[in-house]
Amino acid sequence: MSQTGTLMGFVHRRRRGAELFLLVLALAVGIGAYAAVGLGVEGVVPADLVGYGSWLTALIVAAHITVRIVAPYADPVLLPLVAALNGLGLAVIRRLDLTYEALGQSDTFARQQLTWMTLGVILFIVTLVLLRDHRVLQRFTYTAGLLGILLLILPFLPVIGREINGARIWINVAGFSFQPGEVAKVLLVIAFAGYLVLHRDALALAGRRVVFIDLPRGRDLGPILAMFGVSMMILVLQNDLGSSLLFFGLFLTMLYVATERPGWLVVGGLLFGAGALAAYTFVGNVQNRFNFWLHPMDYYDASPGSYQLVEALFGQGWGGLIGRGFGNGFPERVPFAYSDFIVSTIGEELGLTAIMAIILCYGLIVERALRIALISRDGFGKLLAVGLGAIVALQVFVVIGGVTGLIPLTGLTTPFLSYGGSSLVANWVIVALLLRVSDQARRPAPRLDPVDEAGSDSESTQVVKLR
Amino acid sequence: MNKPIRVVSVFCLVLFLALLVNASYLMYVRADSLSDDPRNRRIITATFSRERGAILVGKEAIARSVPSDDKYKFQRTYSQPFKYAPITGYFSWYGQTGVESSQNAVLAGDDSRLFVTRLVDMLSNSDPKGGNVQLTADAAAQDAAWAGLEGLPGDAQGAVVALEPTTGRVLAMASTPTFDPNKLASHDFGAVAELSKELNADPREPLINRAIGTTLPPGSTFKLVTAAAAIESGNYDADSQVPGGYRFKLPQSTTTVGNYDGGNCGGRRITLTQALQVSCNVTFMSLANELGVEAMTEQAEAFGFNDTSLEDLGGQAESLYPPDLDPPQTALSGIGQSSVTATPLQMAMVAAAIANDGDVMRPYVVDEVRAANLSVLDRTDPQTISKAISSTTAEELTTMMVATVDSGTATPAQIPGVQVAGKTGTAQSTADRPPYAWFVSFAPADDPQVAVAVLVQSSDTSRSEIGGGRLGGPIAKSVMEAVINQ
Repeated sequence: MSQTGTLMGFVHRRRRGAELFLLVLALAVGIGAYAAVGLGVEGVVPADLVGYGSWLTALIVAAHITVRIVAPYADPVLLPLVAALNGLGLAVIRRLDLTYEALGQSDTFARQQLTWMTLGVILFIVTLVLLRDHRVLQRFTYTAGLLGILLLILPFLPVIGREINGARIWINVAGFSFQPGEVAKVLLVIAFAGYLVLHRDALALAGRRVVFIDLPRGRDLGPILAMFGVSMMILVLQNDLGSSLLFFGLFLTMLYVATERPGWLVVGGLLFGAGALAAYTFVGNVQNRFNFWLHPMDYYDASPGSYQLVEALFGQGWGGLIGRGFGNGFPERVPFAYSDFIVSTIGEELGLTAIMAIILCYGLIVERALRIALISRDGFGKLLAVGLGAIVALQVFVVIGGVTGLIPLTGLTTPFLSYGGSSLVANWVIVALLLRVSDQARRPAPRLDPVDEAGSDSESTQVVKLR
Repeated sequence: MNKPIRVVSVFCLVLFLALLVNASYLMYVRADSLSDDPRNRRIITATFSRERGAILVGKEAIARSVPSDDKYKFQRTYSQPFKYAPITGYFSWYGQTGVESSQNAVLAGDDSRLFVTRLVDMLSNSDPKGGNVQLTADAAAQDAAWAGLEGLPGDAQGAVVALEPTTGRVLAMASTPTFDPNKLASHDFGAVAELSKELNADPREPLINRAIGTTLPPGSTFKLVTAAAAIESGNYDADSQVPGGYRFKLPQSTTTVGNYDGGNCGGRRITLTQALQVSCNVTFMSLANELGVEAMTEQAEAFGFNDTSLEDLGGQAESLYPPDLDPPQTALSGIGQSSVTATPLQMAMVAAAIANDGDVMRPYVVDEVRAANLSVLDRTDPQTISKAISSTTAEELTTMMVATVDSGTATPAQIPGVQVAGKTGTAQSTADRPPYAWFVSFAPADDPQVAVAVLVQSSDTSRSEIGGGRLGGPIAKSVMEAVINQ
């Protein structure tokens, strides 16, 4: 008891005031960017700035108040970070809409994105309100896993499945397109965390030792092989390199954290290497992307070619240190500038400065997630936070790395920035879960006060008061 | 589980650092090479839609950008398109030539000398404006040069270059036939592509700036170089007796070459002055033969042959004096035949050097570069390339050239009340093509203000020695008058 006292001697403060202050800054970014878009592209402050600003403010304030009430000890930095990114993303999508409008193309991305953000915030609030203790989720380990796999299979169903731009990752229900994979990744993190926290001891048993590293036992290879199979299936059947990489990397990270065995990384790395080699050899699409990455300039005019990537590189190079300013670039030259390539749009018009700011924001989100994992008191919470953080880290690395030419290009959305409803909603839920875990972790430890001092002895039942 | 979480944190840190480093590399280090890629339409569109600086002659903007109501915002217009096309070049969606190309960075506003202006533009959120380029060209001289070329009979092709001898400033540079840069600057890119194809296919080569881009045998005007080499050798002066006569027998050969008019230049022994006055082939072949290929090469190179000198205008061809001529070729080179070729600019530089006490000045077309707010960013300083001949040699040659204009082959260039120094030339090419008429001169002889070279390739140039004087003389005269009478 006294041991608990010294260990938990440090008590986290709630820091809700700090969060509010940071949220004001985040709103300034979002609303300011929206005004700058109007000024830059059309030369006037947008007429709907007040309405738009109020709506954004209402959403953020609603989220903040919810956190105040139901998760008062939650991390104060996460919500402002995602609010800023989401606001900036909306403004950039709006900027592209204005150009698409002039070109006579579809121009309602920003409005749809705002609707999706509203839905995302609502789900954020619902998650926080309904889920008062993240450990409840552990009960749904297998349900979540099954549901996750089911969602991944959905796009293959005949009526609702849709193939868009060569990737079969969409379903269409009642006129709405949805990427079930985005929701699946949250469910899979829950499933992995629940499964691994139960089986970590078995999985951590050492097998053969090769060059200072204990390899896992052969009989424990089942789960990782199954996950590898799922990843390869996504790659081959859905033609979606990004998601495949994301799911496998996510599982590997969580497995490593749960077992503390670097041996799993060796096994995973070997599997991944073999898979990548096989994909490179047998899947033409993968080979193409590899070639486009190594020699983008040689495939500019080819079809399929590297036109999109090269135009993105041209745009970012032209943006330079401080960018061209809203309205002075040509981001519309890059196909899908509003979704997968939104980073190149930002690079072109806001410059390296903004790209660095964005990367730092993502870095902070990952850092907060891992910090939550560190201070979380239960294994499930730790794994959950690590998994959610890993999703963001991997996704950001794969997308921004691809768009800036660091690694081969794969199709994934940039969290909170890219246009895309499924992704945005799923990411808001991720943040809600992270806040829930951090609220539990930062909350002062329950005081284990014996109820009755006098009557207590070793035999009697101890009643502890849980706050 | 905290240890692996820390490992994962470090790993994530590495990932994000890699992103930061790569983004910096892409957008800072690699940005320049991406901008230079010819497929980068952003750069092309941006420079095309910018308020480009003006190109000025005197106070008149001969090229400027005026607002247009299409998506490119500005339209490049040329107020005197044909007259100045060889200097300005064109500015089209597909590329630039001439000063539009050589001063592109300034005109587009990208030049590092415009850094402060750019910074101000950026802070005040106004579109960047290009700087202005002031040409050295003299409006009156250019008018005279262009009028002269336009007045040539028939389907003439030709070029005029006028230099200020003491500085190397290009006072006039005209070429015909030429093109209309307004049409190439059009925003109707289909029509521009079509026109550009036509111009490129035209056998009369209207896109070539003949004043600097065409090399042809300089003919008798090259006798100035031969005479300079002879006087520089120390064995001759203007009054030295030199061989005249009807024909010269080429060394190592039985071929003999006569004078243009078939005459004997006035005797078997004549003065060097008289030889230049009547443009005596026999004299200058024998001088070149005697001086040898080394001395001749050295003298030609001192005047600027076998090199290019123009730094602020593209398209200059190298004038050639091959240093490996055999003796018969060397003898022929003395009268500007054989494989000797020169641009009009090169022959103007020869005249200008004689006018400038032997100093060859680097020719230049850009006088000043100014920011959009008219502050001067840079001014070209005159630069001596070489000392071609001593000032005494220059004096002797001037006297001889004055005599040539006063009572020799170059009489059409006489200006009342002004001493003019000049030399004609008619170069033979193949038998089926008309000869080229050349004329080089400078004036006033005692205080030279302008040196001119005129080249005319015209279908009805006569094959007589008078050809060069008759066609080129009046043009040179009007250009010189335009400069002197200011």
